[in-house]
Amino acid sequence: MRRGDSVALAALLAPAGAFLGAFFLLPLVLMLRTGASGPDGIATYAAILSDPRYLASLGQTLALAATVTAATLVVSGVAGVFLSRHRFRGRRLLVAMLTLPLAFPGVVVGFLVIMLAGRQGLIGQVTMALTGDRLVFAYSMAGLFVGYLYFSIPRTVLTVMAAAETLDPALEEAARSCGASGWQVLRDVLIPGLAPALLAAGAICFATAMGAFGTAFTLATEIAVLPMVIYAEFTVSANIAVAAALSFLLGAVTWAVLAAARTAAGGAVAAAG
Amino acid sequence: MRRGPGFWAGLLFVALVAAFLIVPVILSVLAGVTVSYQRGILASGVTFAWVGRVLDLYAHTIWLSVKIALATLAATLVLGIPVAYALARHQGRFARLVEEALVMPVAIPGIATGLALILAWGAVGNFRLHWTFILVGHVLFTLPFMVRSVLAVMLGVGLPLLEEGARSLGAGFLWRFATVVIPNARPGIVSGSLMVVTLSLGEFNMTLLLHTPFTMTLPVGLADSYASMRLEIGSAYTLVFLVLIVPLLVALQAAADRAAGIGRR
Repeated sequence: MRRGDSVALAALLAPAGAFLGAFFLLPLVLMLRTGASGPDGIATYAAILSDPRYLASLGQTLALAATVTAATLVVSGVAGVFLSRHRFRGRRLLVAMLTLPLAFPGVVVGFLVIMLAGRQGLIGQVTMALTGDRLVFAYSMAGLFVGYLYFSIPRTVLTVMAAAETLDPALEEAARSCGASGWQVLRDVLIPGLAPALLAAGAICFATAMGAFGTAFTLATEIAVLPMVIYAEFTVSANIAVAAALSFLLGAVTWAVLAAARTAAGGAVAAAG
Repeated sequence: MRRGPGFWAGLLFVALVAAFLIVPVILSVLAGVTVSYQRGILASGVTFAWVGRVLDLYAHTIWLSVKIALATLAATLVLGIPVAYALARHQGRFARLVEEALVMPVAIPGIATGLALILAWGAVGNFRLHWTFILVGHVLFTLPFMVRSVLAVMLGVGLPLLEEGARSLGAGFLWRFATVVIPNARPGIVSGSLMVVTLSLGEFNMTLLLHTPFTMTLPVGLADSYASMRLEIGSAYTLVFLVLIVPLLVALQAAADRAAGIGRR
């Protein structure tokens, strides 16, 4: 490194560093302190972990995020591999349709779930015509699951397609010509080859599902996922210490999952909202 | 190529997934221009009255969101390009740490960051009431996308070598930055910019906490209309949002493909 280079480096990083320090690190530290400022002091953190309501909410949030991640990986894995292995008319249109909702905000996705499975939704109308009973599930955990699946699929399909393009199809051909069944090719060639991409996409999917708040906010206030509980504690109950402690917990869990996946995948986990 | 039942089963599956993603969008767009969704578009007819109502009620949210998105873009360009450049020139443990610190605001759910911002800065003067309070949150959330996008292209084109060449020809730092660094990083800057604007226009998780009645953004307005207006108005508002965001998404895809051809990761 040249002399003076470290000065230049510091000067280049300084503006962003100052910004992050003032508006991110400082607020986080203050929030950690606020979490301990309630009547219970630092024990607030222990209290939220032993309160059955918050614990149940954390459990629900984790379970939902894990289920959504698994379902997204299966659906997007199949779709992504199929689209990268076949060339046919209409393929570009299908890819465009699959990636259009990329970066749709959670609120809009919530509304789309209502269009699909809400009181005036398509599924309700179809089931009404077929069976005489109106199937409505938008305003429940099932609706939230559908919404999270909706906004996780486009991003994950893109990641899987990009990774599958770099896998040599000759490997699959070789396995097949050695007599491997479709299932064996999948288990021994495709899944190991795609593992880093699947891990990276899965971690982002999980983190997004942990914090996604707009969809739940649109669908129903009764769904007690952790971001909704934090919002209610802060705005309705004005229980700021608990809201801060829960936010810290949510942030720590989500960040830890992403960091673990990044370590496991060797730096392949890119950032995504 | 022979196409067995496996191909057709796969195609059917992908088509079903695509339908799951697209059908609700079409339903919503149609509902936004239907006189009465209850009676159906064929029976009640097509109207732009709902879109007109939305523009009457919510035009200010659209302008505020556009203003915040452009300001976010300006801020991420000014803050992000120097960081990307520094990381491109100095790859090492320190650079990894900086990248990690940058990504944290994305890894931590928006509602947590929003609450932290309010606790730290909410009581400072009139900052909380000003639209720049939301701007700060959006910059935190979008900065890593700008840095990563620009950094990937800078590394892909072999920037250190190009710059060394310019230096040996006697070009000073500012001259090199303007004539070598920026032009070569352009695909990354373009795709990063589109990403930042798209994300800022749609940001809700953090903005719901940060906004005040005076600073309602488009996504917050959408949530408001979904909760309190009839389905046709919510749909028409969604239609307005889609008209704004879909061209950006299409351009983003094209730009990201171009940048990915250059970037190595």
